[in-house]
Amino acid sequence: MSDGNGSILEANEVSKAFGGLLAVSEVSFDIPERAIVSIIGPNGAGKTTFFNLLTGLYEPTSGKITFKNRDITGARPDRITKAGIARTFQNIRLFKTMSAIENVMVGEHSRMKAGLFGSVLRPPWVRKEEKAVREKARETLRYVGLRQEIDEQAAANLSYGDQRRVEVARALASDPALLLLDEPTAGMNPQESASLTSFMEKLRKERDLTILLIEHDMKVVMDVSDRITVLDHGEKIAEGEPTEIRENPRVVEAYLGKQG
Amino acid sequence: MSRSGVRQAIAPLETRVVREHGNLILAAVLLFAAAILPFFYPQSSGFIDDCVTALAYVVMALGLNVVVGFAGLLDLGYVAFYAIGAYSIGWFGSSFFDKVNGAKGIHIGVSGVSANLPGFHLNFLLILVVAGILCAAAGALIGIPTLRLRGDYIAIVTLAFGEIIHVLAVNGDSLEIGGYHLTQGRQGITPIDRVDLPFTEPFTSLNLRPWFWTALALVAVVLFVNFRLRDSRLGRAWIALREDEVAAASMGVPLVRTKLLAYATGAAFGGMSGAFLASYQNTVNADQFEFAFSIFVLAMVILGGLGSIWGVVFGAIALSFINTNLIPDVLTPRAQDIFGQGFDLSELSFGIFGFLLVIMMVLRPQGLLPERRREVELTEGGVASDEALFEVQA
Repeated sequence: MSDGNGSILEANEVSKAFGGLLAVSEVSFDIPERAIVSIIGPNGAGKTTFFNLLTGLYEPTSGKITFKNRDITGARPDRITKAGIARTFQNIRLFKTMSAIENVMVGEHSRMKAGLFGSVLRPPWVRKEEKAVREKARETLRYVGLRQEIDEQAAANLSYGDQRRVEVARALASDPALLLLDEPTAGMNPQESASLTSFMEKLRKERDLTILLIEHDMKVVMDVSDRITVLDHGEKIAEGEPTEIRENPRVVEAYLGKQG
Repeated sequence: MSRSGVRQAIAPLETRVVREHGNLILAAVLLFAAAILPFFYPQSSGFIDDCVTALAYVVMALGLNVVVGFAGLLDLGYVAFYAIGAYSIGWFGSSFFDKVNGAKGIHIGVSGVSANLPGFHLNFLLILVVAGILCAAAGALIGIPTLRLRGDYIAIVTLAFGEIIHVLAVNGDSLEIGGYHLTQGRQGITPIDRVDLPFTEPFTSLNLRPWFWTALALVAVVLFVNFRLRDSRLGRAWIALREDEVAAASMGVPLVRTKLLAYATGAAFGGMSGAFLASYQNTVNADQFEFAFSIFVLAMVILGGLGSIWGVVFGAIALSFINTNLIPDVLTPRAQDIFGQGFDLSELSFGIFGFLLVIMMVLRPQGLLPERRREVELTEGGVASDEALFEVQA
């Protein structure tokens, strides 16, 4: 499954330098279709930078990224979203004054067609589209386990856990093939983390999603991942199945420091 | 079913009707009330005159509201679009180009006196289209250099753009292209064709009612567009990028396109109002297009409440009447009693507006009739971090 043709995303020797600092250094990496892959590493290892490279927020200094065999290196974030990659953020970035449902509707932006004149004149096809998008946003909010009461509430007024769920719903709204989750369990208790783990399995099974995960909670990582990639100082130091990673001396060293 | 049962059953319906059509009902009532207003005043009363100006300002303020209120792009050069709109009618609705077509002029859909004058004379409706297109293009043009900027820097670039247009208007008198000067600077282009709609006589300055109704019709159109855009795919995208550009882009909102559409839409309305005002005042004069005017329109938007459509309408009418009525006719005579006959409070009017804005920022930063979102933004403890407040200003 993981060899060659089966991969949905491939990164080929991707680097990103900020001035003299090499945040990501020649990382090669691929994600098999319908896999759940985790990126782990100590703080400052370049995990989020790598995410930002994949989603177009940063342009790689060198290297190549392909998604579904299409070159997306340095493409604009909205194009990449349209191509089928969606993400959440480490520190939740909802549109705070918009209601939960409006947030999810923004997620559907790239799947909609109404432009300036369509929005003003609102012909029947625009009305239909608007209605369908609202309906789908409602369904997506139910799907991530949110009650109907929160639909019209401003995102800023939601509880932390609900905000996390709305963010996932917003990402799902763009009908992605690949979902990038940046530390989704941050601030969650063990029960919530466990339910997120099973939710990821459910996403893969029911929506054919491939998931790339940045995560610090090792229990979640070990439970859910098919494969783990370890970054340290911007470099890939290890890659493999959870059991291999657990015993890899370089990984232990990166996390705990060198022994003796 | 008991009485309270019935009430409970219809309550959701009632709120739904009010929620979905509330603004439509309110707009219909207000526009109708405004439409019959001129019948209570003489045809050329000073009050109707002030009203026409106020309505033209409402159009401008609602246009600026799209840029600043919806998309959160601070524009300090909005006067540029007033100027471009005014010159659209100055060029295509006067005898400015007096040598075209062997000095016989080119006339499209005009009647009355202008039909025999040299120069371009387009029907007012065509001029509105021309002004809208020219300004939308100029708006997109000014948008391009600001795309990579944020907050204060956008303000600086737009301010410079407004000043460039002003200086061009003033010095355009010396810019000769093919035997014509670009503008007539401070001397002004005059006379301008009066508004000439199909099936009506050209308007005159003796009867201000048709001017009033034309301005009101423009307001109705701009109101409609504002409401439609606010509750649309584009409106959501604007709010999203106002709040968090990075997140908006990551959710599939194309930043360049979405921002340019905001600039172009706002600019088009500024231009239409500018063309109307030029016709109404019968002159296009470079002195009208000073920086202070940009601030004047921005103050209307801020006073009413950024992004709040009804708030902006209210802010524009209030400031316009303070400017044309309260300061010169009410406050100045009082002040003259104290400071002597030579005292003209109008010269301090921008000081007064500035003072009003400062008071607003201290007491009610969300505006007099705030939009629901701004209220969340400014009053919810968690949201009003330094960053959020900075974004509101920027």
